[in-house]
Amino acid sequence: MTAFATLLRRDLRLALGQGGDAASVLAFFVLAVILFPLGLGPEPLLLARIAAGILWVTALLAALLSLDQIFLADYQDGSLEALAVMPAALETQILAKVLAHWLVTGLPLTLLAPLLAFMLHLDHAAYGTLILGMALGTPALSLIGAMGASLTLGARRGGVLISLLVLPLYIPVLIFGTAGVEAAIAGLPVRPHLLLLAALTAAALPLCPPAAAAALRQALE
Amino acid sequence: MAMEPSPGFTGIGLACRRGERLVFRGLDFTLRDGGALILTGTNGSGKSSLLRLMAGLGRAEAGAITWNGEEIIAESAAHRARIHFIGHQDALKPRQGVRETLAFWAGMHGGNETLVEEALRRFRLGDLAPLPCRYLSQGQRRRLVLARLLASPAPLWLLDEPATALDQNGIADLLAAIAAHRQSGGRVVLSTHQSLAIEDAATLLLDRFAPRAAA
Repeated sequence: MTAFATLLRRDLRLALGQGGDAASVLAFFVLAVILFPLGLGPEPLLLARIAAGILWVTALLAALLSLDQIFLADYQDGSLEALAVMPAALETQILAKVLAHWLVTGLPLTLLAPLLAFMLHLDHAAYGTLILGMALGTPALSLIGAMGASLTLGARRGGVLISLLVLPLYIPVLIFGTAGVEAAIAGLPVRPHLLLLAALTAAALPLCPPAAAAALRQALE
Repeated sequence: MAMEPSPGFTGIGLACRRGERLVFRGLDFTLRDGGALILTGTNGSGKSSLLRLMAGLGRAEAGAITWNGEEIIAESAAHRARIHFIGHQDALKPRQGVRETLAFWAGMHGGNETLVEEALRRFRLGDLAPLPCRYLSQGQRRRLVLARLLASPAPLWLLDEPATALDQNGIADLLAAIAAHRQSGGRVVLSTHQSLAIEDAATLLLDRFAPRAAA
């Protein structure tokens, strides 16, 4: 098994094992979405109109909450230092950790989104775009988030700092994600929005791991 | 593991800075096949810092570390493949099993199942293998960390205080592993405060390289 697969498997096992944070992130997503109908009142037309925004914003926040998992525990117990002296390039290892993070957050968020969209009375025409958009956009959230998480490792109160660093970078994903759903509801072409989401992920894929690796090396010095 | 005859693992004119403070300067060392180097010195004299430089973690303020004439920072991937670096921290996960932990680190470093089982046996962890790490005592945790040395091959071992928390048996296991490693041409650098009975090892007292306080 390659180092990539070995590390991916280990991170998945740690995240999904008892006491892992994977379930709590999903629970946050569901609960936070449920708060909106409670706060705004159960008016179907209003909820249907803002459903895309609610789902995407809440997904961003859920992803944000889970960013600590990527590196913090490994940093604190010395695993990160030990990983940094393993033969596999740090960039490759980061990619494995990002993939593990996406598999336990981004992917389940994507799968849960249509259920919550149903609750928010989202137009049926927009379901496909919502799911596809989240599938294309959430990997960018994990990639950008890994970069933010690595930069804040040495800092006290890293949690708040991560939000400040990462949320602005999440904005394009939010814009094109919601715009795609709006377009689907209006019967306009959704392809451009989905392509832009894919482009964001495609751009983050080569850019974020080296940046995160540089930040980790700095944190480990 | 085939090892070519070589000028070995060498550092020349090393200086290290931690934050504002120059920890040591003008430090030279050399380590040949089968050699052992023991780092001693007072707290803060730079033993860990030197080991980290040898592992390629961080950069020296001055000087160069070479392996067979090649600077290690110029070929860092090759260097990482040839070292085992055991730092202060255990890098153990409370819920991960003992065998699972060792198999993971072996997998990251080109080891295999046979070596993992052998390493568990040599460090007397066989009975503990299915347990999660949270049930281990300090000494047992240390033995599990040290078992990484045997779970995958590497010609250069860099050990930061390896004997901490080990009992007599644990120390004997560690010394036996080091002796076998050197017998097959491996090299080892370790820092210690205890006196470990390692045959014909060179000792490097880091206090000698401390920069003099400004007069």
